[in-house]
Amino acid sequence: MKKSRFRFLGQSALFWLAVLAVFLVAEWIVMPRMTEFRKVGWIIFPCIMAVIAMGLNLIYGFNGQFSLGQWGFYAIGAYAAADVTYRFAARVTYPVQGIVFRLPPVLQRVIPMAQVELFHFDAGKSALLLGAVLFGGLLAGLISLGFGYIVLLRLGSDYFGIATLGFTVMVQVLLINSDRVLPETKGARGMIGIPQMTSFFWAFIFLIVVVVVMRNIIYSSVGRAVMSVREDEVAAQAMGIDTLRYKVMSFVVGSLFAGLAGGLYAHLYAFLSPLYFDFVKSFDPMIIIVFGGLGNMTGTIIATFLWALTVEGLRIWLPQGFEAWRFVVYPIALLLLMLFRQQGLLGRRELGFLRAPKWPLRKTVAEPIPEAAEAGAPKEGR
Amino acid sequence: MTMSANANDRPVVLEIAGLCKNFGGIATEAGYEGGLWAVRDFDLTVRQGELVGLIGPNGAGKTTVFNMVSGLLSATSGQVNYYGRNLVGQPAYAITQAGIGRTFQNIRVFPKLTVLDNVRIAYHPHAGYGLVNAILQDATFERKEREMVEKAQDLLALFNLQDRQEELASNLPYGEQRRLEIARALAAEPKLLLLDEPAAGMNPKETHVLMDMTHFIREKFHLTIVLIEHQMRVVMGICEWITVMDFGQIICRGDADLICNDPKVIEAYLGKAGRRV
Repeated sequence: MKKSRFRFLGQSALFWLAVLAVFLVAEWIVMPRMTEFRKVGWIIFPCIMAVIAMGLNLIYGFNGQFSLGQWGFYAIGAYAAADVTYRFAARVTYPVQGIVFRLPPVLQRVIPMAQVELFHFDAGKSALLLGAVLFGGLLAGLISLGFGYIVLLRLGSDYFGIATLGFTVMVQVLLINSDRVLPETKGARGMIGIPQMTSFFWAFIFLIVVVVVMRNIIYSSVGRAVMSVREDEVAAQAMGIDTLRYKVMSFVVGSLFAGLAGGLYAHLYAFLSPLYFDFVKSFDPMIIIVFGGLGNMTGTIIATFLWALTVEGLRIWLPQGFEAWRFVVYPIALLLLMLFRQQGLLGRRELGFLRAPKWPLRKTVAEPIPEAAEAGAPKEGR
Repeated sequence: MTMSANANDRPVVLEIAGLCKNFGGIATEAGYEGGLWAVRDFDLTVRQGELVGLIGPNGAGKTTVFNMVSGLLSATSGQVNYYGRNLVGQPAYAITQAGIGRTFQNIRVFPKLTVLDNVRIAYHPHAGYGLVNAILQDATFERKEREMVEKAQDLLALFNLQDRQEELASNLPYGEQRRLEIARALAAEPKLLLLDEPAAGMNPKETHVLMDMTHFIREKFHLTIVLIEHQMRVVMGICEWITVMDFGQIICRGDADLICNDPKVIEAYLGKAGRRV
């Protein structure tokens, strides 16, 4: 069996080509046929939401720590990144001349555009956005390190949930009063003047990288140590796992993802309001991961898109005058799901590259202890 | 059971001295007031390669001793020396990494993880790569991960569990879960293994198998084993030295013959002969 040598983040060239194909299909074929509102609501925003849900799944689904604090880290990431671009966006600009292809009329039936521009972007602004989003993520990660270490040292699962809920409330209150320190955030009135820079390209790139990184963590010794804490903390300690360390680690990585998502969100609508970072909203990612299946990565991604489709879609599908009923229909749908499928959409099943790597049995394994073989004998009789 | 002549020349692996555990008492200057003494003034010396038994009626404090040695419970007072190093106050994971492995009375495998994952988790402290290697999936990760899987598969094969590697641990029958737990404890590469009632819930045939297996792993992995057990047949059959506890205190120690005929032991298990009506 000969495999190509090229690997990036453990994935083959074929994988990355498939990612590119998915991107181009969405960018050129699907999205031009959608209104701006649906493009953002059904595709770009769910990509961002999937990033934060992935982070929460690492904390709650894989590590078993109930956290409602991700919304707070999302807010921190959003405001931190927005503050960076707000200050520097006007000063850095370095447009790159793209290549323009005129599309022949036949192709225009598939790709509904007169021309396609490749490599047409502003290098300065892109670098700024990347830097700002990473800054937001790292800041959220850093704060979660301090908060997580202090809180996780003393509190376990449910109590940890309350403490993190408190964190989200605290962040919102700080943001409402943030204009005393940072006037540009305008406190409770909401921050305006953030450049709108999060395109589908950026949301998609971050989602793919986060998903691949998550996958690589989970199917490694580190990921197994994280999961052992969820399964049985006492047994994990007795197996030599420093449980506090892995609780803090997954909390920090999950919060870093939330911070990245916040940075992307800030530049999507170009407007930030502390109202949006209310703790009630912090249940959204929680709903998504429970819906998709705790500890299931594929489920999280699918659930995010279904969730966005439902919440936004009901606005359109419900008859006129009944739009407000979507917050009745949607909880009922969730209730039914929980009643009939507690394990979530996919349960334990992962799809595609998110499946656990298989390790075939080797031929040259050790001889069993004769007694153990004997004890295992009755199983043939079943 | 024959004892080698130079048994006392072998290095001391575990030395427990004056170990106490008080639950619910109030600390005063004169010591603890009230509460329950689960373990009081417990002493034990275990030399390399020995197979030592710890027996006693229900509630005698045997598991509490194990929990204190493995760091899951903090000792009220006393010393636990492992190769001359005091372990009291150390976190459980550090004690395991130092070389003390254990199994649990009520099986504690990781239920929703596969059999292979269960064993690989115990190898984690020896994984040899970190978070960054895992994220980048670099050459170190590939090599170490392969090594780890091979070691885990060898160990599973030894316990005749290799065909079950993809199964969830919770789906295994009871006997296989017991074997998995022992395999997992060995994966942590211990020098001293604490087995907490390994024969609990086993039928006589399985118990017999377990006794042979205990001998086998002691030889193969050069282990020193301390064993808690209720079934006298197991303890009398395989342990070289036996310590008997009752109400948190040692009431007798010696080899199997001595224990069997000790009036205090008989009293602890069967009650006072004179009280029979």
